[in-house]
Amino acid sequence: MSALHALHRGRLEDPTPCGSLWVILHGTDCALRCSGALWLPEARMLVAADLHLEKGSAYAARGQLLPPYDTADTLSRLEAEVAALDPAVLVLLGDSFHDAGAMGRLAAEAAMRLAALARGRTLLWAEGNHDVELLNAAALPGEVVDELHVASLILRHEPHPGPAPGEVAGHLHPCAKIVRGRSSTRRRAFLTDGLRLVLPAFGAYAGGLNARDAAFAPLFAHAPIAAVLGERRVYPLAWEALRGD
Amino acid sequence: MDAIAAPSPEPRAEDLLPQRFRDWFAGRDWEARPHQLAMIERGRAGRHALLIAPTGGGKTLAGFLPSLIELSERPPSAEPRSVHTLYISPLKALAVDVHRNLGAPIAEMGLPVTVEARTGDTSLAKRERQKLHPPDILITTPEQLALFCAWPGGRAYFAELKVVILDEIHALHGSKRGDLLNLALARLQMFAPGMRRVGLSATVNDPDMLRRWLVPQNTFSLPFEGGGAGEGVRPQPFRETPNEAAPQEASPAPDRTHPDPCPSPFEGEGNMYMADLVLGAPGAPPVVDMLVSRNASPWSGWTAKHAIPDVYEAIKSARTALVFVNTRFQAELSFQMLWEINEESLPIALHHGSLAVEQRRKVEAAMARDELRAVVCTSTLDLGIDWGGVDLVIQLAAPKGSARLIQRIGRANHRLDEASRALLVPAHRFEILECQAAREAVAANDLDGDPERIGARDILAQHIMGLACAEPFDLVALYDEVRSSSPFAELTWEGFEQVVDFVATGGYALRTYDRFHRIVRNPEGLYTVRNGETAQRHRMNVGAIIDIPMLNVRLASVRAKQKVGGRKIGEMEESYLEQLATGDTFLFAGQVWRFEGITGLDALVTPAPPGTEAKTPSWGGSKFALSTYLAARVRRMIAERERWNVLPDDVQEWLQIQSVRSYIPSTDEMLVETFRRGKRCFLVCYPFDGRISHGTLCQLLTRRLERLGRQPLGFVANDYALAVWAMKPLDDLDFDQLFQEDMLGDDLEAWLDESFLMKRAFRHCALLSGLIERRMPGREKTGRQVTFSTDLIYDVLRRHQPDHLLLQCARADAATGSLDVARLGRLLTRIRGRIAVRSLPRVSPFAVPVLLEIGRETVAGAADALLAESADELIAEAMRLDDAEVAA
Repeated sequence: MSALHALHRGRLEDPTPCGSLWVILHGTDCALRCSGALWLPEARMLVAADLHLEKGSAYAARGQLLPPYDTADTLSRLEAEVAALDPAVLVLLGDSFHDAGAMGRLAAEAAMRLAALARGRTLLWAEGNHDVELLNAAALPGEVVDELHVASLILRHEPHPGPAPGEVAGHLHPCAKIVRGRSSTRRRAFLTDGLRLVLPAFGAYAGGLNARDAAFAPLFAHAPIAAVLGERRVYPLAWEALRGD
Repeated sequence: MDAIAAPSPEPRAEDLLPQRFRDWFAGRDWEARPHQLAMIERGRAGRHALLIAPTGGGKTLAGFLPSLIELSERPPSAEPRSVHTLYISPLKALAVDVHRNLGAPIAEMGLPVTVEARTGDTSLAKRERQKLHPPDILITTPEQLALFCAWPGGRAYFAELKVVILDEIHALHGSKRGDLLNLALARLQMFAPGMRRVGLSATVNDPDMLRRWLVPQNTFSLPFEGGGAGEGVRPQPFRETPNEAAPQEASPAPDRTHPDPCPSPFEGEGNMYMADLVLGAPGAPPVVDMLVSRNASPWSGWTAKHAIPDVYEAIKSARTALVFVNTRFQAELSFQMLWEINEESLPIALHHGSLAVEQRRKVEAAMARDELRAVVCTSTLDLGIDWGGVDLVIQLAAPKGSARLIQRIGRANHRLDEASRALLVPAHRFEILECQAAREAVAANDLDGDPERIGARDILAQHIMGLACAEPFDLVALYDEVRSSSPFAELTWEGFEQVVDFVATGGYALRTYDRFHRIVRNPEGLYTVRNGETAQRHRMNVGAIIDIPMLNVRLASVRAKQKVGGRKIGEMEESYLEQLATGDTFLFAGQVWRFEGITGLDALVTPAPPGTEAKTPSWGGSKFALSTYLAARVRRMIAERERWNVLPDDVQEWLQIQSVRSYIPSTDEMLVETFRRGKRCFLVCYPFDGRISHGTLCQLLTRRLERLGRQPLGFVANDYALAVWAMKPLDDLDFDQLFQEDMLGDDLEAWLDESFLMKRAFRHCALLSGLIERRMPGREKTGRQVTFSTDLIYDVLRRHQPDHLLLQCARADAATGSLDVARLGRLLTRIRGRIAVRSLPRVSPFAVPVLLEIGRETVAGAADALLAESADELIAEAMRLDDAEVAA
């Protein structure tokens, strides 16, 4: 079976005009949003992975004074998605904070914005085992979970190697590189073969790992497609169209 | 003062040269040249001096003579001494060459003078030894000097410095590298207030600009004795405008009407100080010919492939020829083509900046031994290196600027009294006009050159961080020091403070990084680096050259079933290599290679089987744009019919038919032609203003046409013309409106912010200013990694603090460099009310060259177009699959 079967025949109505790509993932309809978030319409669930909040200040502490706007920028984009879709459940799929000290460096205003995001809905931090205690101790709004089952899907931060039908994960920060003639571009991308899905990083400063990297190989039995984030829509690209670094 | 400081009266060798030196000149049957004596005189008078003398005129010796004399006359000392003379070369190779050449007079006269070179290639052990035992004369590069500025021992090391010599100063000043160098000179002057500055050059278009650049400005408020930061300094709190303490009022300018017992090294008018100017006698005028194929002038292209057999004949007729080209790729291609017809197996070599250093040194050594008949080379051999045997310079494809051409012609024949011979080989018919214009410019010795620049503040940030790593500084004293550096002479206190704030905390409006200061105030109120680790990391990232991220090209070898990198063949642009797929073949180092892949910092290749054609076309066309100055000459030549008769017959015919079928614009007019071809409507115009400003104009015209509903589809630009095509007719436009200067306002802003050029400019500023570190202890970032993260930072910073210092720097760079907005502005002013429009039934003779470039050059578009095209293919594939299912 080709990953192309995941592409939805007959587009579903876009809840907001953002150029989403609709796919059927392990039997569940979902929209791959231009923001890099995943929208599950039946569960009214919005999923964003790898926010890496306070990455800028983590570098600053080590002497590289990156602009301190990454947390605000990431939260703004997340707020825009929440405003557009009004999800019942907001899932942050792990690596929400860049490092162990990030929560301590979070500005009060940013903490208030996180709290506002949790208001009127369920906020879940699917952080994987290692961060659970940390998050619990931080008195953040919402609830910390290890994994999450939704319809035919299972949401977790780090993808399991080998077959995992229905898995939705982050962690790897996939991006796609396309070369045509003498032009090339490198963009964040979803990767899916119709059975499982890897989300791109949502955080403003989160780097990317080329989809052709060996780290992705154990995840897909056959070549996945890349759903590449453009300026105004998501472009489905065949595996063959992608270049390695 | 007079532009030419003619030493008066005529300097006499007896008065100026000690016996030992006179004997040495006599022993070689030489006579000291007047400009060499004038330099000794300037030296004795303690003056800054700029020497302009043609190649072969003993210029380098003239620079060193005052130091050699002074060093030979000083009494012996038991104490170890520090550096007396510092020599700065723009090229490592030139530094090595000068080191070698200086050895001869020192040895032959038996002078008690030690000379050592220090470049990036100098071993660590030797560099350490140089720090403990300084030579009398240290030969080095601007990057090494920047490192000295970031070293705590710098003040003591240079306390006795008497002279700094800047060789090939025209190649140093007009860039960020020049800004950094000039700031370093200001620092040296603080260490050694009596230090003289000496500049050397063969080609200078605006001597007064260089004379200003060379010497300290705004110096009256600097403490000249003692040099301590505390002396004469006005108390200034951080972040406060020093109103009451404006430099003019702070301390009076030294009174220059009284004869000074200790001669001042300055001379100037008004606020600007200038170095003395010493001119060497001009050499014999060069003989410059143009190679024109009879009635076969090409319409387009840039390789001059048609002329290679004639070039080969020219090489045969010469003793040794240098074949200059404008890009490394063209060097590869020409080298390949010459060897294909090299029936006599003449020793022809290849030299460009991407080849492995050992390879280049080998070619240089063979050249020095007079074993080669020709070297195909790029601008890496433009400068300085002295090869007596060269008697012909061939310029393949147009030189694009007259100063560059004169510099290159100077490589032939290092004897002053014999004419240099040069041969220009135009690649197509517009270049024939350009080469003719260049010949006339050379005959008139008219030079183009870099305009005076304003110092870049990303560079200032790097410099200030370096100073903080060396020793604590006082803010106000530093402001004075920085303003003594000519490119920063006009820097305001606010502008300076903004840079210091950037260095300290990143300069963000959101002040959350106050606890992460990179520089901090010590109890004495002086600024110093936060800790040793920060200093160490800064030192790893010093310098102003980062332009192109490169990968090593290595021979692939298989070890444990893994391809690994073997012998290094050279370095190539990462941006080119990452577009190759495994199996692609390309030309490099005179061979065809098969690309195997990239691992880390290495691109792995294997030799392609014999007879394989290089499949992948090029790494970039001409990197130089036609200079403003040559462009004006070309416009004049086209406008003045009586001058056409010097041109080849087919070019004359081309111009004639153009005048019948369309129009020949006068010197101050710009011709615009519109016509249809197939389903497309074309607009072609001919500003002759260089490919960079044309490219920018294309982008802005396209935006306007889009807004006017003309549905533009694409554009292409070369050095002479630009073409835009659209779905809708373009002949009924209001062209005065279309080319209005207001396009440089909102249209430019809107386009610029999205432009990849801005992202690239920002990346450079982020690296040079130290926002992003290229090198970290133990690992080096590849261009790929750096590009990626700076793009993210650019997007975030643009949204949240659009007036941040680095965005200002990036916009300024884009405006002068990669977009040439300044030149575009002059173009639009020039053509206002002077646009000649011709609506034609079909394409004109002038339009052919630029239209032939369609498809050859990439038509720049949004990156999203790339994605859309690729996605279309996927959808096509999806449809095929569906059919198969139906059939099943």
